[in-house]
Amino acid sequence: MRRAVVALARRALVNALRRPQFLAPLVVFPSLFLAVNVGGLGATRGLQGFPKVHGFLDYQLAAAITQSLLLGGVSSGIAVALDIEGGFFDRLAASPTPRVAIVLGRVLAASAIAAAQVVYFLVLGFVFGASVQGGVLGVACVLAVGIVAGTGFGALGVLIALRARSAATVQGIFPLVFVVLFISSAFFPLHLLSSPADVVARYNPLSFIANGMRQPIAFSNQAWPVIEGLLASAGVAAAAIGLSLLALRGRLRDA
Amino acid sequence: MRQDLRTIRALMRRGLNEILRVPGGAVPGVVAPTIFMLGMAAVFGKVATLNSYHGVSFLAFILPVGMLQGAGFTGAATGVNLARDIERGWFDRLLLAPTPRPVLLAGFVASASLRALLPASFLFAVALALGVRWPGVLALGIAAILVMGLAAAMACYATLVALRFRTQQAAPLMQVGSFIAVLFTTAYAPRDLLSGWLGAIADVNPVTHVLEGARQGFVGDVTWAATWPALASIAGLVLVLGLLAVRGMGRQGL
Repeated sequence: MRRAVVALARRALVNALRRPQFLAPLVVFPSLFLAVNVGGLGATRGLQGFPKVHGFLDYQLAAAITQSLLLGGVSSGIAVALDIEGGFFDRLAASPTPRVAIVLGRVLAASAIAAAQVVYFLVLGFVFGASVQGGVLGVACVLAVGIVAGTGFGALGVLIALRARSAATVQGIFPLVFVVLFISSAFFPLHLLSSPADVVARYNPLSFIANGMRQPIAFSNQAWPVIEGLLASAGVAAAAIGLSLLALRGRLRDA
Repeated sequence: MRQDLRTIRALMRRGLNEILRVPGGAVPGVVAPTIFMLGMAAVFGKVATLNSYHGVSFLAFILPVGMLQGAGFTGAATGVNLARDIERGWFDRLLLAPTPRPVLLAGFVASASLRALLPASFLFAVALALGVRWPGVLALGIAAILVMGLAAAMACYATLVALRFRTQQAAPLMQVGSFIAVLFTTAYAPRDLLSGWLGAIADVNPVTHVLEGARQGFVGDVTWAATWPALASIAGLVLVLGLLAVRGMGRQGL
């Protein structure tokens, strides 16, 4: 079982690296968005109620990571949908590969890509003057929350692909990434959001995930926001993996 | 000449037919800028309380950004569609027709210009419904011209990319061009609030003038001082990118 998961994860990673056109948007668009936000909206730090931070880049870094991880989920979904469209999935299902490994292999690859995404944005932040207030432990906390969240988003992508079975349909959820992101406190403090975004953001798991990464970057290693971020990420991951396995079972039954 | 016009009209109709036959294909170009505009207004709306915005709502301030983004996406979609035609061989058949290459390009570009009015109109209707004030016919007319012009310029750029890479997989490269062109301007904030590096880029980015020209009626009065740089910039962009695209088209099939 473990060997099958690792082998399928390795295949997914190799395929991803062979198609950089699918990987590049994961970092290019969030990087550009980060640059424009920081360059254009830095003055928002002067708003009453905006928390004291070293720089606006520090504050926005967690938002860029969250955005990138969500796009990573879409990318995972597209890869699974392409496997289904290309017939590889059916050949895999006909082989004596454990069913669970089909989902877990893809999710494990999403975790590895998520780790690379978090490292990329931290390095980008350091290059342009950001700092992690929590130090080395803070970096570890950001990595932990980011990897678990990336795992969850990857599993969500797999779930959608197994239900939709079409790469075009999975691609179509791309705008939804921005919807769920905008109705969270990923970009801006909760109490400064306009209504009704502030009400939704209060319960949006993305708010907890982004805050879990922002806390050690922009403020300190205060435990509770990081724990909340980890719990929200783990919740998304557990629910998405469970539902993906159910969707896989349903798809195999239909086949 | 008359034959050329008929060809351009036929290519325009083909582009517009895609909206009717594959309405789903037009959705991202409409939905993405709308989500972006509403999301930005919901998240960063309070920034408009800063003095530099002169009391204008953030939604009114970024509405023209959404319109130009829609134009950019529509222009990029022209390149993606061309890449698809290249992959499927339809473009080769088009090249065999006794039609000058610039006329073919004009058909693609004119189609993009017209289609760009769809997201712009939708965004404008949404913004009006959410309380943005009526800017007046003159301001709307100027905004429409600039939206169509930017779609044409981006269609030329996307055509260049499509001719170079000849695959739909180059789509992100087409989209990122319009993304950078529109957002590295005074998109989110007035010039005096931009950080040094972004201000420097915005100063040399011709799309800044286009954006300010499209925005003027939504945040104040229409003035010639804001209009002529916008019209000159968009004319320059269309001319330069159009010439490059014509050169690219001329090299096809050699």
